[in-house]
Amino acid sequence: MKQLLSFVKKEFYQVFRDPKTLVMLFGLPVVQIVLFGFALTNELKNANIAVVDNAKDQASQQIINKIAGSEFFNIQKVLTSSSEIDAAFKEGKIKLAVVFPVNFYNDLMHTNKASIQVIADASDPNTATQLTNYINTIVSDYQSQLSPNSSVPYTIIPEVRMLYNPDLKGAPNFVPGVMAMVLLLVCVMMTSVSIVREKELGTMEILLVSPVKPLMVIVAKAIPYLILSWINLAAILLLSVYALDLPIKGSLFLLVAESTLLIITALSLGLYISTVTKSQQAAMFASMLGMMLPTMLLSGYMFPIENMPVVLQVLSNIVPAKWYYIIVKDVMLKGLGFSAIWKETLILMGMTAFFIVVALRNFKIRLE
Amino acid sequence: METVIKANKLTKRFGDFVAVDEITFDVYKGEIFGFLGANGAGKTTAMRMLCGLSTPTSGEATVAGFDVFTQPEEIKKNIGYMSQKFSLYEDLSVLENIEFYGGIYGLSRSEIREKNKELISKLGLEKEANNLVRSLPLGWKQKLSFLVAIVHQPKIVFLDEPTGGVDPYMRREFWDLIYDAADKGITIFVTTHYLDEAEYCNRVTIMVDGKIEALDSPGGLRQKFGVASMDEVFYKLARQAKRSAD
Repeated sequence: MKQLLSFVKKEFYQVFRDPKTLVMLFGLPVVQIVLFGFALTNELKNANIAVVDNAKDQASQQIINKIAGSEFFNIQKVLTSSSEIDAAFKEGKIKLAVVFPVNFYNDLMHTNKASIQVIADASDPNTATQLTNYINTIVSDYQSQLSPNSSVPYTIIPEVRMLYNPDLKGAPNFVPGVMAMVLLLVCVMMTSVSIVREKELGTMEILLVSPVKPLMVIVAKAIPYLILSWINLAAILLLSVYALDLPIKGSLFLLVAESTLLIITALSLGLYISTVTKSQQAAMFASMLGMMLPTMLLSGYMFPIENMPVVLQVLSNIVPAKWYYIIVKDVMLKGLGFSAIWKETLILMGMTAFFIVVALRNFKIRLE
Repeated sequence: METVIKANKLTKRFGDFVAVDEITFDVYKGEIFGFLGANGAGKTTAMRMLCGLSTPTSGEATVAGFDVFTQPEEIKKNIGYMSQKFSLYEDLSVLENIEFYGGIYGLSRSEIREKNKELISKLGLEKEANNLVRSLPLGWKQKLSFLVAIVHQPKIVFLDEPTGGVDPYMRREFWDLIYDAADKGITIFVTTHYLDEAEYCNRVTIMVDGKIEALDSPGGLRQKFGVASMDEVFYKLARQAKRSAD
């Protein structure tokens, strides 16, 4: 225990004396939030949606057929009542729902006016806006079909409702992304570099000759970064609650617990990288390539995964950030509890266990 | 005389290459035991096996009474080690380094405080105690490194070319520290390729191509080879080497 304390103390000294590390640790979240605040727009295809057809008349049928025929949508569910919509959204199966009222066709023919309801999952505001725009286009297309001679006697008014994020703020989308990114980057890169640095400088040899157990070296290395990551997490959450007006809807405890799980995943991955690289540059490069790119590209936070080629969709499953991103969105934005995210949690735990086992097997007690 | 290191036909192979070939020797308590050889002769590999950093391929050895194959953890508690590479943390201060190494060897807080005082005054580093090690000249770093390697009063300390790149004056001072430690009963196992340093040792072995070719006191070796200096002894032996230095 005393050994461990001396060790952890030393690690902290080293972290705070290295300006590069500090910039990376605390500058990164700020830069990221600023940079990715300007969320990117991306084209969407084959979004899963649900349809509630209370009318069941020829107009509603024709619009549904048009929607089904479009390349943008994929009708995942045909629901019988509006009450089922909420559940479908929470399961994450659909991105949007279209509801036709009773007597849709009648209203349209007799009053020249009818409305449909369009409900979108706005926790990803870009996708939500885009999808509702597509629906609008399809509906106005149908209207002009009804009255080919340019005067439009019939008006269908789509009433749009944005679920979870009514103001279409960009923050809900990128805050979970930045959290995943910063935690992963800090932990993976910092742990791997700090272990490899000891190898490079030759101090690892001294540690291995000392009575210190290899496991303790690892734990001592991990503790400072775990603590720093919590500070980072607190900073990001405070920033998003007070500066970006983004409340945490679910349990804060659950959010912190899940984030800690991701931090441990990242630490074990960093440890693994340190066992297979020989120089600090190599470790840094491996962390970048192995972590940063997949996290940015394949976690779903910058580019919607459902738009990607199947190969990439499958590949995205091995990116820890993807699962964490889903968890944070569910807990923070939708206010869901553990029962909604246990699967993702289990996947992250599995990944962590895998990396720890592989890393420990590779961590050499004796230098050869 | 008490034997603290005992090696019997100790061998290390890397594939077909025999780095250390059946070396046999004893080291006695409190002596300064020199390990000489050209680059690539196998000195460092031999030392690493004794420190528990590398598992021997065959043979047997005990260090401080513990077996290198089965009790490396016990050995680690009883030895100090200073490697060729400078091995203090440059971004920690002198005191923090002493504290860290004292801490991982399980010294108590008060022991560490005492050691701090003792080492600082021994080195005359009072003014620099809180400076980062990075800012010290190489000679001081090496001396500090040595004192840190024996901070926990080990039975044996292994020094792997400790004076590489240090000027002759500093080397002399470094050896004063070594004598001082030996007087306190710490056994010194030192590899070097400075032949003047070989004269400072109680006994010297000379390794050629992984084998021990000579083992005696410096005086004894000079006599046996009928030459006036260790330089010539070494030259005579090293000439037989077939292996090219790396």
